[in-house]
Amino acid sequence: MKEPDVLVVGGGPAGMNAALAAAESGASVVLVDRFAKLGGQLVKQTHKFFGWADRGAGARGIELAQKWSHAVLAQPQVETYLGKEMIGAYRDGIWLVADQEKYIKIKPKRTVIATGASEKMILFENNDLPGVYGAGAVQTLMNSYGILPGEHYLIVGSGNVGVIVAYQLLQAGAVVRAVIDVLPRLGGAYWVHAAKIQRAGIPILLQRTITGVYGNQKVERAETVGVDDKFRLIPGTERTFRVDVVCLAVGLTPLSDLLFELGIQEYYIPELGGFVPWHDQTGRTNRKDLFVVGDVSGIEEATTASLQGRIAGLTAASDLGYAVDEQMRRRLIEALAEFRCSTLSQNVCSGLDRLAGKEASQ
Amino acid sequence: MIDIDGVPTERDLKNSAPSEDRIRRKPVALHECYQDIPCDPCVYSCPVNAITMKTLISIPEINHEKCTGCSACVAACPGIAIFMVEKKDEDGFVTLAYEFVPLPAVGELVDGLDRRGCIVCEASVSRVFSLPGIEKKTKTTLVRLRVPPEKVMEVRFFRRRVQA
Ligand SMILES: Cc1cc2nc3c(=O)[nH]c(=O)nc-3n(C[C@H](O)[C@H](O)[C@H](O)COP(=O)(O)OP(=O)(O)OC[C@H]3O[C@@H](n4cnc5c(N)ncnc54)[C@H](O)[C@@H]3O)c2cc1C
Ligand code: SF4
Ligand code: SF4
Repeated sequence: MKEPDVLVVGGGPAGMNAALAAAESGASVVLVDRFAKLGGQLVKQTHKFFGWADRGAGARGIELAQKWSHAVLAQPQVETYLGKEMIGAYRDGIWLVADQEKYIKIKPKRTVIATGASEKMILFENNDLPGVYGAGAVQTLMNSYGILPGEHYLIVGSGNVGVIVAYQLLQAGAVVRAVIDVLPRLGGAYWVHAAKIQRAGIPILLQRTITGVYGNQKVERAETVGVDDKFRLIPGTERTFRVDVVCLAVGLTPLSDLLFELGIQEYYIPELGGFVPWHDQTGRTNRKDLFVVGDVSGIEEATTASLQGRIAGLTAASDLGYAVDEQMRRRLIEALAEFRCSTLSQNVCSGLDRLAGKEASQ
Repeated sequence: MIDIDGVPTERDLKNSAPSEDRIRRKPVALHECYQDIPCDPCVYSCPVNAITMKTLISIPEINHEKCTGCSACVAACPGIAIFMVEKKDEDGFVTLAYEFVPLPAVGELVDGLDRRGCIVCEASVSRVFSLPGIEKKTKTTLVRLRVPPEKVMEVRFFRRRVQA
């Protein structure tokens, strides 16, 4: 049995930074990720990231992944388990990692959960027909494995994910017929990202939804229809798209199954993506030895995930008596608040406020 | 409309466009970034401090008089939201960040596209280049298009014509 000071589950921006912050404070860390590579969502983000110029903004996601992953692998205090999945959490504090034919047991003093998110699905006729993909799956195939799953695409959802995947498909030489969204305005994509695909000729069709996909054994066409302000279908506005892939980018939801097993207090907060574990501003849940950071604590983005990771890593180390740079921790909390000042974070902030209010009523 | 689908209208553009007189003098940068994104690389990329922002989430302001037209900010901007425009005699030029391969050849004729991807003119590629310092960080190539002078505020992208 392994008995590290801190166990980190998930090696995306949140988990890598949690591991680094804890290790740099002197704690021994085990970091587990089910993929063969560190980086989480970042390994397939080929676009340039926003944020502070002096904290890496302007670099592409994949470069941020490389930078942090090198730092983690070079840190002697961190033992990294890649290609191994955390499959169980027991209430006596033991965690179970599946490693090919055997299990590894881990009994940490503190645990940071940074498992990210999973993609949401929507209902329409034949939505199980081959050719219907999650946007993340298309992105992984395209950017991690160099495979384009089709030639002609319809994208459902005009959040940043849908719009960015549309742009990347264009870069890969595919034809994107349109991005559709049921809402009367962009479903969360930043204006500059949306402008980028429209000037390249991809229309964003608002107030339009998908009703079904049809074809012989695989998607050959998608049927869409316009909707009114109350989301009622408007007869006569049907439009067919000849596509072989329909790419769903209709939102993410926290991947918190492990926490559910542990009986961590969760609340349904739509602004944060669904059921989210209750946590304070350091990421601590109602179980004092357990932290949540990054998308699993509420869907947001990579800069905030990395800051949250750092804060939780420092806090976990400080719990265990390691000397932690308090000034640095305060600066990180302030930076997180500054980042969230934007109206673009309004939703997240009101979700976090509601989550904070829940504690009082607990 | 900007707050509907993210495409700026003339009203939005007025707030950040350089004067006609300035465009005639020498190349000048303009941004089309109207949302309070927490983002500031443009500010730090400018060697003459022509771009300012009050806080991380403010909308950038470019001092067109200070701008020397070096195009560093065009390459640095993660939103691909900064362009350079210039008018010289009978020619207009638009410089933009181009993230597609293969790169066009100098002299190639392409379709100039407006903000909605509609063809508005024929354009020719006058330069394909990158700025060593910034290229290292952002791996971004810049393309300078020659367009009719009255189109410099319209053309924001281009499409290569299909090669046989
Ligand atoms: C198309 C797209 C574009 C984006 N663009 C941007 C952008 O421009 N700017 C930005 O800031 N953000 C962007 N994001 C969001 C950003 O990528 C995420 O918010 C961020 O990666 C979240 O970090 P994380 O560490 O919480 O989770 P993730 O990056 O998802 O990492 C979670 C990790 O946990 C591992 N894991 C999960 N469960 C287990 C388990 N049981 N056992 C072991 N390992 C497990 C996974 O393998 C994964 O590596 C984008 C996302 C997408 C999909
Ligand atoms: S073109 Fe050069 S000088 Fe002008 S604003 Fe951009 S970085 Fe500054
Ligand atoms: S770098 Fe680009 S996207 Fe970021 S604030 Fe400046 S203009 Fe806007």
